[in-house]
Amino acid sequence: SVSNIVPESCLLIVVGLLVGGLIKGVGEKPPILKSDIFFLFLLPPIILDAGYFLPLRQFTENLGTILIFAVVGTLWNAFFLGGLMYAVCQLGGPGLNHIGLLANLLFGSIISAVDPVAVLAVFEEIHINELLHILVFGESLLNDAVTVVLYHLFEEFATFEQVTIIDIILGFLSFFVVSLGGVFVGVIYGLIAAFTSRFTSHIRVIEPLFVFLYSYMAYLSAELFHLSGIMALIASGVVMRPYVEANISHKSHTTIKYFLKMWSSVSETLIFIFLGVSTVAGHHYWNWTFVISTLLFCLIARVLGVLVLTWFINKFRIVKLTPKDQFIIAYGGLRGAIAFSLCYLLDYKHFGMRDMFLTAIITVIFFTVFVQGMTIRPLVDLLAVKKKQETKRSINEEIHTQFLDHLLTGIEDICGHYGHHHWKDKLNRFNKKYVKKCLIAGERSKEPQLIAFYHKMEMKQAIELVESGGIGKIPSAVSTVSIQNINPKTLPVERILPALSKDKEEEIRKILRNNLQKTRQRLRSYNRHTLVADPYEEAWNQMLLRRQKARQLEQKMNNYLTVPAHKLDSPTMSRARIGSDPLAYEPKADSENLPIITIDPASPQSPESVDLMNEEPKGCAGLPPSPEEDEEGLVMRVKEPSSPGTDDVFTPGTGDSPGNQRMLRCLSDPGPRPEPEEGEPFIPKGQ
Amino acid sequence: TSEQIEHLHRRFKQLSRDQLTIRKENFDSIPDLEFNPIRGKIVHAFFDKRNLRQESDGLADEINFEDFLTIMSYFRPIEMNMDEEQLDRFRKEKLKFLFHMYDSDHDGKITLQEYRNVVEELLSGNPHLEKESARSIADGAMLEAASICVGQMGPDQVYEGITFDDFLKMWQGIDIETKMHVRFLNMETIAHCY
Repeated sequence: SVSNIVPESCLLIVVGLLVGGLIKGVGEKPPILKSDIFFLFLLPPIILDAGYFLPLRQFTENLGTILIFAVVGTLWNAFFLGGLMYAVCQLGGPGLNHIGLLANLLFGSIISAVDPVAVLAVFEEIHINELLHILVFGESLLNDAVTVVLYHLFEEFATFEQVTIIDIILGFLSFFVVSLGGVFVGVIYGLIAAFTSRFTSHIRVIEPLFVFLYSYMAYLSAELFHLSGIMALIASGVVMRPYVEANISHKSHTTIKYFLKMWSSVSETLIFIFLGVSTVAGHHYWNWTFVISTLLFCLIARVLGVLVLTWFINKFRIVKLTPKDQFIIAYGGLRGAIAFSLCYLLDYKHFGMRDMFLTAIITVIFFTVFVQGMTIRPLVDLLAVKKKQETKRSINEEIHTQFLDHLLTGIEDICGHYGHHHWKDKLNRFNKKYVKKCLIAGERSKEPQLIAFYHKMEMKQAIELVESGGIGKIPSAVSTVSIQNINPKTLPVERILPALSKDKEEEIRKILRNNLQKTRQRLRSYNRHTLVADPYEEAWNQMLLRRQKARQLEQKMNNYLTVPAHKLDSPTMSRARIGSDPLAYEPKADSENLPIITIDPASPQSPESVDLMNEEPKGCAGLPPSPEEDEEGLVMRVKEPSSPGTDDVFTPGTGDSPGNQRMLRCLSDPGPRPEPEEGEPFIPKGQ
Repeated sequence: TSEQIEHLHRRFKQLSRDQLTIRKENFDSIPDLEFNPIRGKIVHAFFDKRNLRQESDGLADEINFEDFLTIMSYFRPIEMNMDEEQLDRFRKEKLKFLFHMYDSDHDGKITLQEYRNVVEELLSGNPHLEKESARSIADGAMLEAASICVGQMGPDQVYEGITFDDFLKMWQGIDIETKMHVRFLNMETIAHCY
């Protein structure tokens, strides 16, 4: 189909061309992509989206390489191209002779920057492996600093009568100012945003606004001082993200994600369409020599640059870049709308040949986007470049990665070698000790990463479960591994929810509550421990007794929630897996007024709770599964297998005694300070 | 390379205070290792006979420079000219090293208890955290591992523990050969503790 061959950006440009042609045909003057609209409104969302969701780990691992490509590569491109074009102009006959060196250098600098918008648009669709993606993409983001400096530099110089060495040196210094200044501004705003988000627990609704607002302000502030706005934007996104995500509610997080994606999509579309329209609308001055040689030299410069730089970089890299990688990097050097807008900003007074530049730039853009964009996908397949692996992060992976990190840090310490890991570890410790305390609200600040990750996964699965509730049969291909299988001796495994904060708990409750209606009929409370066979009942009762004599109970959330979703993708399956949780909701008749989500059936209960449950049988057994929900109490009980559809996997009809049934309750951790009403059956943990 | 060996030798001498062998206590003198939550396991790994490629099992009391090098060799970076088979062997070796670190009782399997141990150690940097959270995470991870490796299990079957093959399966997504290495390139950044 068309979309497989032609990348979206090409189609959009074509649409733009058509629209422009149409407007022109009608006799109106088609709108041109004005530079301030582009830079102020269309570009920031895309960059913010990129920066906020930047895969930080890979980015920092390859930062050296990316920087070299961005800075040195762009400089090389600019000067090489500018110089060669100057030579061409000198030789090019009367039409071109008057274009000076500076103008050519300026032209070179405009067109040499790899464009993030175009790269994003094309690379999104080809799914190459993360390393290449982050290399090209990172380069396109970071070269903005170079472009800004060179652009302003040459623009200024064009107005001077003479250019002295001092100016050149100042220009060189200004590069550092621009880039580091941009990053600095971004970091400041990022920190402010993180700090603000710490206090937004009462006004959740405007949390996304802060993220957008502060980032945009970072961008504007940087642009105001002629610093690199793109770098500021990225820096602020990167800095604020871990703290903001720890502070804001789940809904805000979703909102931010979807708004950013939406805005960046819209911007991208508009940019390409406008590009097409502007092509039709703009004044053009076609000069064969100039345009063709521009195109040619662009490609040559890019290839040469990549080759030389890779040779140099590979000396320092552990994971070398193969020629295949180099080819993709070179081929991925797409130009885009930024170049166009920059050129459009040029002043006619000083740059009379602006139209010619524009034409050349548009040609190059079209060429890279169409030709390179279209052919990169078959080339990737042809060269068998490694593609992105779609793996979901699992808790195992997280554990292993952390373990490996610590291990490597330890080895480095043993060798006395202050390497990569050592500094990363130091930074992490600093972060944990000081920064997190300031920027993250409440208890979350002490949460280690593993726990946070675990939380996230559990939330995700809880939500998945609830959303998929009410969907039909459970296919039998579910992994029936249960805690039984790994640890048969300890039937009542204690599972604790590590200090689940109140809001999270509240959210989970709300989510579950809202979906109770759907799930009520279908779900029965499953307890893999108790469902299976009668023999377990004895064990169960024994355990009960043991528990009654034994120690304290904690609040737990069912560990089953962490069984990963990656194997079983369909909602039915994930539900099935989690359906083993005793999630049959039944309004609790009496004392429990608080919404409690208790999911761990097999967990040992406190003596009091056991008693409570034992008292209950008479009361609750008589209670028919009433259709109306008690919105307050979410005590889940086993219901008789009333609905046929749900019994496929789990052995039905195990004759759950009332005792068992009552055991199947989900306890939620009320947090560090238990609410007084909940006091008795649930002895809160972790005060 | 010989440079690296020389550097390691210097470090070895420094750690052993100019003796021929290192004991466990010598590792305590490294200040930064204090912060590492899994330092126990790391130090242990140095003395693990399985890692030292000796036939026997158990722990050695002291290691000499050769053994030190052997351990370090697990962290070699890959070279460009390795072919598939070498890469695969390399990978297996590194994973085996890791496996030994997890499997503390040397029985060839990572049981639930050992896994819990690992998670607890990982989280040991946070004093206020309860043990139970570590356990629940470990349980979840174990469940997941079991699902990956075995898939369907009846309720009566018991999953003994993660064997090395299962371990390999779990690590498939992560390119261990590219990650598990230490750079020795920048000699100037060596800590001068002399």
